[in-house]
Amino acid sequence: MQRNPNHTTIVTIEKVIDETPTVRTLVFSDNVMSDALPGQFAMVWIPGVNELPMSVMISKEPDKAAFTVRKHGPASTGLFNIKEGQQIGIRGPYGNSFDLKEGKLLLVGGGTGLVPMMRLLTFVKPTDDVTILIGAKSKDEVFFENLANSILENNPHKVIVSTDDGSYGEKGFVTDLVEKLVDESHFDGVYVCGPEIMMYKTVQSAHSRNIFVQASLERMMKCGVGICGSCCIGEDLVCRDGTVFDGDYLSSNKEFGHFYRNKAGILEKY
Amino acid sequence: MESSLATSIGQIQLDSPVMLASGILGISLDVFNRLYRSGAGAVVTKSLSTEPWEGYPNPTIFSVKGGGWINAVGLSNPGATNFAKMIEPNQKVPIIISLVGSIPEDFEMMVKQFENCKVTAYELNLSCPHVAKVGLEVGDDPELVKKIVTTTKNTTDVPIIAKVGLGTTHYLNTVSAAIDSGIDAITAINTVRAMAIDVETQRPILSNKFGGLSGTPIKPIALRCVYEISLKHNIPIIGCGGVSTWEDAVEFFLAGASAIQLGSAVGDNWIDIFSEINNGILQYMKRKNYSSIKDMVGLAKKS
Repeated sequence: MQRNPNHTTIVTIEKVIDETPTVRTLVFSDNVMSDALPGQFAMVWIPGVNELPMSVMISKEPDKAAFTVRKHGPASTGLFNIKEGQQIGIRGPYGNSFDLKEGKLLLVGGGTGLVPMMRLLTFVKPTDDVTILIGAKSKDEVFFENLANSILENNPHKVIVSTDDGSYGEKGFVTDLVEKLVDESHFDGVYVCGPEIMMYKTVQSAHSRNIFVQASLERMMKCGVGICGSCCIGEDLVCRDGTVFDGDYLSSNKEFGHFYRNKAGILEKY
Repeated sequence: MESSLATSIGQIQLDSPVMLASGILGISLDVFNRLYRSGAGAVVTKSLSTEPWEGYPNPTIFSVKGGGWINAVGLSNPGATNFAKMIEPNQKVPIIISLVGSIPEDFEMMVKQFENCKVTAYELNLSCPHVAKVGLEVGDDPELVKKIVTTTKNTTDVPIIAKVGLGTTHYLNTVSAAIDSGIDAITAINTVRAMAIDVETQRPILSNKFGGLSGTPIKPIALRCVYEISLKHNIPIIGCGGVSTWEDAVEFFLAGASAIQLGSAVGDNWIDIFSEINNGILQYMKRKNYSSIKDMVGLAKKS
C-alpha cells in the first residue's frame, strides 16, 4: 500500500558526511524519499527540537536519501547535530518539481540550494549540455563540486564555482556570472535555488532574455500541507503550489525578491 | 425550480454557505481573493490578537492515521492593527474577522482597528484549546463571555459571532451566556483538545504537547452540538468540524446550521474543495426541490 505522505515515518541516520565546517549530509534508508522529484521537500522532525522543511538530497546508494543541512537557527542546528544511529521523523515528499527542458541547460545553486540541483542533474539526458554554477562565500564553504562532475561525467558539461571573496574559483557573486553566461550563449532552460535575492536576479537575467527559467522557493513554513498559510507568496502557497515557480509568474509577483513573511505572518522587506 | 446557494446567518448574507474556517490560510488578502474566486462564501481570518504573535515552534501539526489533524500552531498572527491595514483595499471578499483576547478591552481595541475596513462579521474565538488565558479558557467562564460580548456589541454595529468549543464548562452554558448578551450567531465547534505520541522516540510530537483535533473524526461531535444548540435556542448557527464532502455540509444544515466552515479538508483536498461542495449541495437541492438553503435548515429535528 502506498504510504500517506502526511504520516510521520521514523528513520535512523546511517551516515553523517561533513561537507564543510557548517554543512553536513545525513543519509538514511527510505525508498519513498529516494524517489522524490527535484524541487520536492520533506518536513523533517528532530525529536525534542523542531521540525523544518528540507529539500531531499540524493544518495549514491539505492533506496537511500539524505538531507544536506547548514547550521543556522535552532532547528537546522538541531538537525546538523544529529549523530549516526539517531532517529528523525519525516513526512512528504511535498510539492511540485522542475520542468526539465532538453539541450543547453544552466543550473544555479547557492549553498544548500544546490540540493535540488543535484537531484535535477540525475534527470538530464546524456545529450544535454549542462553548465552548473556553484555559489559560496569562501573556499571553506564550497561543496558538491566533485559530485556534480561525477554525475555529469558522460555529458558535455562545465562546473563553475564562484566565491564571494575569490578564495576559490571565480571571484564575485554567482548572479554576475549568470548575467555573463546568458549574454554569451543561448540556454534552453535555467534552474535556480538558493538565497532569494540570488534567485530573483537569476530569474531577471533569464526572463528578460526570453529564456525559460524556474526557481525553487523557500518561505517561512510551518505545516507544509497548505493549512497554516505561513508560506504564502501572493496568491500561492509555496508548500502546495510550489516549491517550483516559472519565471513568467515570478517576474510579475510583487513579493518575490522584495518581501518575506516572518513567523507572525507580517510582510517584511529583504 | 431555481436553486440558490445564497444563505443568511441572521443579518449576514452570503452567496454560498461554505466558508473557510479560522486558522486556515488566512494571512493574506491575495489568498482570500483566490479562495473567494474558488467558491468560498466567506473567509474567516486567523484569530487576531492585540499584538503580533509568532505561535509555537514546530512541529505544529500532526496527521492522525485514520483521519484528521492535530494542530498547535499557537494562534500565530500579525496582530489586529497590521491585519486591518492589509485588508483595507478589500471590497468584494466577505471577510469575517476572528478575534482572540483575554479581557473585554482587548476585543474593543481590536474592533476599532477595522473602522476603515469592509467587515462582514466578527467571530469571537472563545474556544481555541491550546493557548493559555485565551480561547477555551475564556469560553469556560460564562461571566467573562457576557462581558466580552456586551463590550464588543457596544463597539460596533457589525454582526458578532461566538465560536464555542468543548471545554470544562458545558458549551451550552457558554452559548446561553453569549445569547443573553446579544450575540448574533454561534459557530460550533472548535478543534477538540488532543495529543499524539511517537512510539519510536517515545515523546509527544507537537512542540506544545497538546493541540486541537480537527477533520473527519470530530464531525459527528460537531453535528451533535449544532443539533443541541438548534433544539434549545432560536439563534443562527454555523456548523464547523470535519466537513469534507457535500453530504457533511447537508447534514449540518439538517441539524440546524445555516452555513458551514471547513479547514482540514483544504489540507486534504486543496482549494478545489469549495466548488466541489458547492456543486454537491446544489445538485442535492435540485433533486429535493429546495430553492434556498433555509428550506432544509433544521429539518432533522422534525423526526
